Amino acid sequence: MAYLDHAATTPMRPEAVDRMAELLGQVGNASSLHAAGRRARRIVEESREAVAAAIGARPSEIVFTSGGTESDNLAIKGLYWARHNADARRRRILVSAVEHHAVLDPAIWIADHAGGELVVLPVDSLGRTAPDALRAAIEAAPDEVAVASAMWANNEVGTVASVAELADVAAEYGVPLHTDAVQAVGSLPVDYAASGAAALTLTGHKLGGPVGVGALVLGRDVECAPLLHGGGQERDVRSGTLDVPAIAAFAVAVELAVKEQAQRAEFLIGLRDDLIRRVREVVPDAQLNGDPAGGSEHRLPGNAHFSFPGCEGDALLMLLDAQGIECSTGSACSAGVARPSHVLLAMGQDEDRAKSSLRFSLGHSSTAADVDALIAAIGPAVERARTAAAR
Amino acid sequence: MKVLAAMSGGVDSAVAAARAVDAGHDVTGVHLALSPKPASHREGARGCCSLEDSRDARRAADVLGIPFYVWDVAERFTTDVVDDFVAEYAAGRTPNPCVRCNERIKFAAVLDRALALGFDAVATGHYARIIGGGLHRAVDGEKDQSYVLAVLRPDQIAAAMFPLGESRKTDVRAEAARRGLAVADKPDSHDICFIPSGDTAGWLRSRLGDAPGEIVDESGAVLGSHGGTYAFTVGQRRGLALTRPAPDGRPRYVLSISPVERTVTVGPLERLDVNRIECGAPTWCGQEPVHDPIPALAQVRAHAEPVQCRARVLDGGLVVDLDDRIAGVAAGQTLVLYDGDRVIGSATIERAA
Ligand SMILES: Cc1ncc(COP(=O)(O)O)c(C=O)c1O
Repeated sequence: MAYLDHAATTPMRPEAVDRMAELLGQVGNASSLHAAGRRARRIVEESREAVAAAIGARPSEIVFTSGGTESDNLAIKGLYWARHNADARRRRILVSAVEHHAVLDPAIWIADHAGGELVVLPVDSLGRTAPDALRAAIEAAPDEVAVASAMWANNEVGTVASVAELADVAAEYGVPLHTDAVQAVGSLPVDYAASGAAALTLTGHKLGGPVGVGALVLGRDVECAPLLHGGGQERDVRSGTLDVPAIAAFAVAVELAVKEQAQRAEFLIGLRDDLIRRVREVVPDAQLNGDPAGGSEHRLPGNAHFSFPGCEGDALLMLLDAQGIECSTGSACSAGVARPSHVLLAMGQDEDRAKSSLRFSLGHSSTAADVDALIAAIGPAVERARTAAAR
Repeated sequence: MKVLAAMSGGVDSAVAAARAVDAGHDVTGVHLALSPKPASHREGARGCCSLEDSRDARRAADVLGIPFYVWDVAERFTTDVVDDFVAEYAAGRTPNPCVRCNERIKFAAVLDRALALGFDAVATGHYARIIGGGLHRAVDGEKDQSYVLAVLRPDQIAAAMFPLGESRKTDVRAEAARRGLAVADKPDSHDICFIPSGDTAGWLRSRLGDAPGEIVDESGAVLGSHGGTYAFTVGQRRGLALTRPAPDGRPRYVLSISPVERTVTVGPLERLDVNRIECGAPTWCGQEPVHDPIPALAQVRAHAEPVQCRARVLDGGLVVDLDDRIAGVAAGQTLVLYDGDRVIGSATIERAA
């Protein structure tokens, strides 16, 4: 088996597994006042401090959530409603065209059901949103912007954005910028304070922590309406009894991933560049999507994303799966039906090229043998998929 | 063999896939997404292309421990089956979409892709048997689906597997339950899968619009009116809503449909009876028949009683003379010729007299 789908989810770090297993057997609601509650509370707060320290935030800015999807929804809807309630003219939501559906869909939902207006920011052929594009979109009606969102690193093609530059532009107009850093934390240097973003999303299962836990980093002075009402456990912005074992394991994973980030990035870039070079040797007309400059400022270290002309991505995926190679056709998927990725279409690719793509993503447990296995299988798979598509 | 099992999410295709696994084949499950915008839930016993059906198919594949994928054939299905269905009704004919789907999707587009991707065969949950390369009726006469498969050519049959052909439906359900397949007690799908409401006339009206016209008898006397000829099928009796009863007081049946004049002609039952049926070009399911005329049993619609006939090829079409007259022969339906339980071939009915 060669697991080349770390961007979908990456194995839990043993340290995180141990911490979680240890705490699963312990009672304690972090909101209770007795000793068990206090013990749980302490673990949560220590975890909060650890996560904050790892990503350049203050502990009070960490809102624990159930993961990336919830954090993105909270940021888009929560910031929208807070800003709109403060000034009813603010109804425009600015999102980059390559956002994950967890950002895109809440924005579309508000536009369709809650009186908002969706403004999609264009990207260039590498998937980057130019700061000037953000400026132009704000300038069109500066008083009407509720919230803007641009992801730190793209989950499909791996393109890294200049979040600080975008945040500078947003700040000039007093617009809160949210950034989905789900793929970035642990893979790239991420410093929330230095980025200038108002809100930042991260999730456990993309960096060696458990699935179902994550955080929204929310500046102390950033107003955000709650989506989950109840006990008000997290700053009154998010309610629900805190999942102490998951939060503790998440913190362990964040700490480790960030501590080892530079070293792992170097290793992964080497392995990934080797993968790209060898795929092109075997399939000379394979086209690399995303930023060809492979440094961490440009592209996620573990990401390699290709179009294989004349192939259907889902046929390739099936053929590789049969050979024990696990990868992905991207993230767009409704009931398992492959739709051309909105990310590739936004980058100006046609439907055929978009449908012919595959993503290989490496992570902390990847080895040279994984790449070898892919290289051995990719040639015949492409050949066969081409014959099938030519019918 | 490397076998691709088409899994609709129903009990039959799940058991068919299971049997292919048991037979030692290397099986991969595929759910065909037929609808461009699948509904999230199935409506009762209808349809097979909701997300719920896709999940049911995936669940069954997981229980069998086989890989599972969804193939998007919505575009082909829309043009080759749904649009054809609408066009046929608009032309005053009565299509059979399951026949078209087998002919153009399951055993054409899907089979071709499967073979190109390295599969040796496609297995489905159809009730039919393949014996010595020929297509035969299933053991379970109630469930037999050889009629809707009779459009297949020998090369298509050679690459098809019907693991349920020897079984009875009740046994298949029991087997599903025994195997822990959750679809064991899922209702059978009826009607037309892309019209989940079951209201074919209403669905056609939404596509074709109102096209009111008159219901007349054979003398041209007006007996009533209608909202569109597409709501009628030759042989139909119910839903005519005649404003003037026939002078003899006997029920009236649809004898013919003329979409151009927008008239539906009705008459008494015996006027429906025909003994000569002219069809388009035949597809031979096995070897081309050597006799001329071909003595055979003709079946003119799904679940109709087969009747004795002599068939011959004339100017590329199939002309079928029945020993006895029968009613309810509609243009657009498929006529299937049987030799006992074996399918000889099929052709689309053009006209009858
Ligand atoms: C960029 C991005 N945002 C959000 C998510 C959703 O995160 P989660 O799976 O934790 O809900 C993902 C992962 O699928 C992602 O890649």
